[in-house]
Amino acid sequence: MKLFLVEKPGLYTTYQDLGRIGYMKFGVPTSGALDRFALEVGNILLGNERGATGLEVTMKGPELIAQETFILAVTGGDLSPMINGNRIPLWKSVLIKKGQVLEFGKPRQGVRAYITISGGFEAEEYMGSTSVYEPAGLGRRLQARDELFGTPRERKTGTGLFYTEIPEYCRDIEVRVVKGPHHEQISADVVKAFFSSTYEVSPQSNRMGYRLRSELETNHDGDVISDAVPIGGIQLPGNGQPIILLADRQTTGGYTRVGTVIGPDLPLIAQLPPGGTIRFKEVSVEEAQEAAIQVERKLRIWSRMT
Amino acid sequence: MSMTFHPLGEAAVKVSFNEAVSPSLNKMIKAFCTNLSFKDQGIIEWVPAYDSVTVYYDPWVYTYQQLTELLKKKALETEQQQSNSKTIVTVPTLYGGEYGPDLTTLAKSKKMNTNDVISLHTNGDYLVNMIGFLPGFPYLSGLDEQIAMPRLKEPRQTVPRGSVGIAGSQTGIYPLESPGGWNLIGRTPLRLYDLEKENPFLLEQGDYLHFRSISEEEYKRIEDEIEKGTYKPERREETL
Repeated sequence: MKLFLVEKPGLYTTYQDLGRIGYMKFGVPTSGALDRFALEVGNILLGNERGATGLEVTMKGPELIAQETFILAVTGGDLSPMINGNRIPLWKSVLIKKGQVLEFGKPRQGVRAYITISGGFEAEEYMGSTSVYEPAGLGRRLQARDELFGTPRERKTGTGLFYTEIPEYCRDIEVRVVKGPHHEQISADVVKAFFSSTYEVSPQSNRMGYRLRSELETNHDGDVISDAVPIGGIQLPGNGQPIILLADRQTTGGYTRVGTVIGPDLPLIAQLPPGGTIRFKEVSVEEAQEAAIQVERKLRIWSRMT
Repeated sequence: MSMTFHPLGEAAVKVSFNEAVSPSLNKMIKAFCTNLSFKDQGIIEWVPAYDSVTVYYDPWVYTYQQLTELLKKKALETEQQQSNSKTIVTVPTLYGGEYGPDLTTLAKSKKMNTNDVISLHTNGDYLVNMIGFLPGFPYLSGLDEQIAMPRLKEPRQTVPRGSVGIAGSQTGIYPLESPGGWNLIGRTPLRLYDLEKENPFLLEQGDYLHFRSISEEEYKRIEDEIEKGTYKPERREETL
């Protein structure tokens, strides 16, 4: 049934799930929610599958008019979500009534919020995923007067994430990195300098990647034999200005990569505004796996509770 | 076979084959990937490249150590299972004119006539080393050095889908309309990426391509058949 009418689309609002799996070998990026944790929790709070389709909202949120009465949640960055002008809590299931307006105000913390609805949005699926990736014609961003569909189920309001579990999205972050695969091609001094520098997020940052600025001086040849580029891969081209590659990146690349940001820390990057700063900390693959398993364990436990 | 492993974060590993890029390495990589496709809950997907394969996996199922042991075992099995045939896909191409606006310039700079360029381009078989950059875009090797040509100084804002181009010593085909700086010598009506199809991709790593020069009349006919869904791309198997 019709759940929302789009009054204003916002800056860049797209359907996202947990991404398109199995097509990277054909050059199709995974896409999917940039802050996976926020989307997954949003779905868990409503009793959905963790990967049900939600809306990813960027900086300036949309204005959506409810066409039915149903339950939703807003998670991720605090972009001041409101129903009929009244602030609603983040990370909590809330009721919206037919005719009410869900809208957003000033970004207060982070830059991406996720709207999930009971039962998930019904969006066009391409290669097994609803995640929008415009360059390949896989869906498109919201436009004014779009109608959004779903089949909401009866759910409780007030199901929320315990406050100690709510992530804090800062403007100055440190993320964990597993070194490689091309670090041997970069001099040891530069790799060392890389891990002790602070970088500023450039305004040319988006779902494809975050461009960083620094004083880092490099002297290596930035080209390598092209290989696959994972989400979180940190390109360090010859000019010393790193790019962290994210969900909508090209699947392959030919520039030296000094390391990979670990999955559990990607939401921190997804929520970093232009002008924010970032530092990198080296961890072993074992530590990275342990961190990922801790997050996965929590999500599995919470899924069973709702 | 000698391999090196590099972890890419907690959920991917790059398997590098310590060997120069060659058709035989490409064949081995293809066989290695085929061997990964047996149902295994822990292995999510993989991306073959020139001299490596990146395997995406679930750290909930495999530790890095366990996964690399498993991949070593699979590589040993692979050495006994390589196929001895190759698939050659014919790419009908209309050269020159509005379809290949840079053909004349390229021919002039090489002091050839356009037919020489076309015959050199249609002469060999090109190997798909890997797919990347754009959905369905093949990284091809096998271009005759006599028609290698640096990229355009000013990239075009839009290059039509199906355009066949040359950049440096590479030739390629644009699967989508996109900006680009390749020298455009022709265009194929074939679709390398077609969302209407159940399998949207014409090519995969390890395939060979053969360009065939066609007339504008044949171009229109094939385009029409593709539109109607009746066209079958020409593929043949050849024993190595």
